[in-house]
Amino acid sequence: MAEADAIAAAPVERPLLARARRGAGARVASVVVFVLAWGLVAALAHSRVLPGPLAVAARLAEFARNGQIFVDTGITLARVAVSFVIAMLVGSAIGIVLGRRRGLDHFFDSWLVIALNVPALVTIILCYVWFGLSEVAAILAVAINKIPLVAVQLREGARAIDPDLMAMAEAFAVPRGRRFRRVFLPQLFPYLMAAARSGLALIWKIVLVVELLGRPDGVGFRLGEYFQYFDIAAVLAYTLVFVVLVLGIEMAIFRPLERRLSGWRQ
Amino acid sequence: MSAAAAGAAAVTVVVRRKRFANAGGPGGGRGGVVLERIEFAIGSGEFCVLLGPSGCGKTTLLNIVAGLDRDFEGAVRIPGAVAGRARAGCVFQTPRLLPWLTVADNLRLVLPPEADERAALALLEAMELGPVRDTYPNRLSGGMQRRVALARAFAIRPSLLLLDEPFVSLDGPTADRLRGLLVDLWRRERPSVLFVTHDLNEAILLADRILFLGGTPARLALDLAVDLPRPRQPGGVAEEALRRRLLAHYPDAPAERVA
Repeated sequence: MAEADAIAAAPVERPLLARARRGAGARVASVVVFVLAWGLVAALAHSRVLPGPLAVAARLAEFARNGQIFVDTGITLARVAVSFVIAMLVGSAIGIVLGRRRGLDHFFDSWLVIALNVPALVTIILCYVWFGLSEVAAILAVAINKIPLVAVQLREGARAIDPDLMAMAEAFAVPRGRRFRRVFLPQLFPYLMAAARSGLALIWKIVLVVELLGRPDGVGFRLGEYFQYFDIAAVLAYTLVFVVLVLGIEMAIFRPLERRLSGWRQ
Repeated sequence: MSAAAAGAAAVTVVVRRKRFANAGGPGGGRGGVVLERIEFAIGSGEFCVLLGPSGCGKTTLLNIVAGLDRDFEGAVRIPGAVAGRARAGCVFQTPRLLPWLTVADNLRLVLPPEADERAALALLEAMELGPVRDTYPNRLSGGMQRRVALARAFAIRPSLLLLDEPFVSLDGPTADRLRGLLVDLWRRERPSVLFVTHDLNEAILLADRILFLGGTPARLALDLAVDLPRPRQPGGVAEEALRRRLLAHYPDAPAERVA
């Protein structure tokens, strides 16, 4: 069978691995250079408002010893997780419906444009004023900020759904649930992934603002406190922890998920 | 109805009129009417080829039979069809496989709940697709992808098979091999077949009966029984004679290439 020859050979592993290793080396080098440059500038400036890496590390060790940073980070992460899930679910549902129903899309398009352009700070203030300085208001404010962005991305995805594949599924009378999971959803996956990535980056930043303005705990609240004391080493220590955490989520959850779900592309 | 369709009708198709709201659609006939006064029945186990020039509305008619297009005047009757079940095994102009599912999973996707999964996988083996059952479609050649699409259509053990130029844009030998495979499967399973093509040679190779579709809006121009013995040869003497006879009687019969 001549056609069998056309099955692509398994991709050659070695050059890929070598490239990955070289990439990792460059990454490590870039971090080292960054820390050195930071240390140099801090030493030259010799200012209370620009502590060097060692001062920040010392502060970080102190927070880790008394456990306070874990509590704050945990609370903030929980808020990030809840508002992330709400924003993804609601935003995806809205986006899919708008992408599939042209009439609704025409009607709601201007609403979406308005929602996209309301400053995050305004949403936060309004939520706190209308619903009180509560947990619900805080989560709601974050989710509302992100929902229109998710909706726009998923609307794009729903518009790009391949009608030929949907017709195939209909011709074979594939049951609704299976059709959604195996034919429809996989086509949205790149859009979901993009929305999730940009969503995480945006949401954790907004959560900090929400905490600064109206919560008695969490990283945002603590940053506000250290800002008042002009304790920049503490501010940077918290920032560092959170950046590392978000990177960790990307590496531990998003990357493997993407690799698993798009293995067929290789 | 032709002699070959002696059995009970497996499908009865009546399309009094089919129009597209936007006249830019296929056919582009007057007032957007693409198909008009088309009536035919396919006998049980009959291999029926629907032949017509490109863009004349063949695919539109096939979509109507498949139940994908319900916006027409007329009726399609398929005795024994069950609501919520596939009316037919379908093969499209492009393979329309899901790239994120392996070959075996592409078949599993369309199987009704009570279907025997092992039988479907055995079909893959029989079609020389066993070695690639856990492979993703985009790693297969075009010919192999068509083969999988054919396997998927037969996997649901359909009593009706609808094919829309399934071997178009393949090289000659690969297309010939797949035609041979299709005929073998058809003789084994004996579904009724409606096979759309614009290629007279392909029609002569496959058909018990050829329906010529032509004109604007398209109608059935000729309903011809083909009783050449099988297996048939591309460019064989009897086949070639029929082709010449058809072209003489029916000069509009589309025949793009000379066998």
